Amino acid sequence: MTNLATPASPPKSETVHVSLTVNGKPVTVEVDPRTLLVQLLRDHLLLTGTHVGCDTSQCGACVVLMDGDAVKSCTVLAAQADGASVTTIEGLAAGGTLHPMQEAFRENHGLQCGFCTPGMIMTAVDLVAHHGPGLTEQQIREGLDGNLCRCTGYHNIVKSIAAGAQAMAGGSGSGAKVAAE
Amino acid sequence: MYSFHYRRPTALNEALAVLHADSEAKMLAGGQTLIPTLKQRLAQPTALVDLSRIAGLSGIQKTAEGVTIGAMTHHADVARSPIVREVIPALADLAGQIGDAAVRNRGTLGGSLANNDPTADYPAAVLALNAVVSTDHRSIPADAYFQGLFETALEEGEIIVAVEFPQVDKAAYAKFRNPASRYAMAGVFVAKTAAEVRVAVTGAGQSGVFLWEEAGDVLASDFSPAAVDKLALDPSDLMSDLHGSAEYRAQLVKVMTKRAVASIA
Ligand SMILES: Cc1cc2nc3c(=O)[nH]c(=O)nc-3n(C[C@H](O)[C@H](O)[C@H](O)COP(=O)(O)OP(=O)(O)OC[C@H]3O[C@@H](n4cnc5c(N)ncnc54)[C@H](O)[C@@H]3O)c2cc1C
Ligand code: FES
Ligand code: FES
Repeated sequence: MTNLATPASPPKSETVHVSLTVNGKPVTVEVDPRTLLVQLLRDHLLLTGTHVGCDTSQCGACVVLMDGDAVKSCTVLAAQADGASVTTIEGLAAGGTLHPMQEAFRENHGLQCGFCTPGMIMTAVDLVAHHGPGLTEQQIREGLDGNLCRCTGYHNIVKSIAAGAQAMAGGSGSGAKVAAE
Repeated sequence: MYSFHYRRPTALNEALAVLHADSEAKMLAGGQTLIPTLKQRLAQPTALVDLSRIAGLSGIQKTAEGVTIGAMTHHADVARSPIVREVIPALADLAGQIGDAAVRNRGTLGGSLANNDPTADYPAAVLALNAVVSTDHRSIPADAYFQGLFETALEEGEIIVAVEFPQVDKAAYAKFRNPASRYAMAGVFVAKTAAEVRVAVTGAGQSGVFLWEEAGDVLASDFSPAAVDKLALDPSDLMSDLHGSAEYRAQLVKVMTKRAVASIA
């Protein structure tokens, strides 16, 4: 074959030491440098709530919070998460009680097959953190740019997030009003 | 992904030492272009040199001339920065239109400029504002920096450290995005100073970002959307692909130019 296929000095198998916090618990692992954050979560830590819906970084099913910011865990190396605090969908519920955003998705039929839902909810939590409970319908729709859903048509997801944002603030005041279908 | 070594230097000269010793090593910034590329096995670096632990590569500073933004500054931080909003609001608008929220939380200014994708947003701002790209050993003016499709003036292993954006009288960015990829089908950044108007176009040119000088000239004497009406951009140097023909893009560029001007005229 051409020498394009052979790197100048072929890397020997080598591992990287990664220490991070996942859902509040300290985790230390030795991983192949190629390991993606989503692989660390799903394959090593068996946190399979974080989904993989594409291989082009476009669907958002894999979104988790890294130091409070929504990121696509399929497009972050586990090594890059060293020292970070990661929250996955499994880290939202307190004991047996759903997080207000999870409850809002349940109440408002914000999911059908549920494949996109973990990414939607993690993105929603990031949105509320940045825009506050009064975020507008437009802010919600724009905020979901990176999250694809093949089932719901988004309408009930938007409704769920508006309601979840209110619930997170502990009220039911004047948030985004989303027109009924 | 092919296998690679992972390096995480804490100083610029350590990073340079790795990069200069191994021409097959690659810098890793936000990874929002590089990691998808590695996943598709379109690149096979021997090592990734993660720039995230090097002090001084990120942050936003107000200067006498305008604003200086560190190479490792995330798109989301530029979009939200009160300094950028005050000095060059159009630049904050542009950063807020890149990709989606998760991409903006990881992607960086330096990574976008090093990559120089012909449909990326930042190149339009850098070229229209006549910004200066500063690297580990020199300063490169925008006019000399962009050299074609994914081509820049950067030498092998040269690290972008920051970009100096000068303040202008007025600036605006109008983007018609590809709804699937979210990159620009046509993005036009208009910057007006006392001396001139610069109109930079991304998403449309066959050889990447370019200055639409004819539009800049007419806008310098009449800064109004109507002034652009009588112009026609030559489609022969524009991209034609499944998303749109060169003729369609020529029209889009004109419309985006008018929208940008209308928003600040
Ligand atoms: C779904 C999706 C949508 C996107 N949409 C858009 C869009 O609408 N508009 C847009 O402009 N972009 C878009 N992007 C690209 C995004 O903006 C990237 O963040 C950016 O192009 C690269 O920045 P990065 O920090 O992620 O760089 P990386 O991916 O880490 O690196 C990219 C390249 O730059 C080199 N490099 C990185 N930093 C430096 C440096 N300081 N000095 C020298 N070389 C360096 C790397 O070696 C690599 O070759 C999108 C990406 C995705 C995944
Ligand atoms: S799995 Fe689709 S964006 Fe991460
Ligand atoms: S509920 Fe099925 S993909 Fe969104």
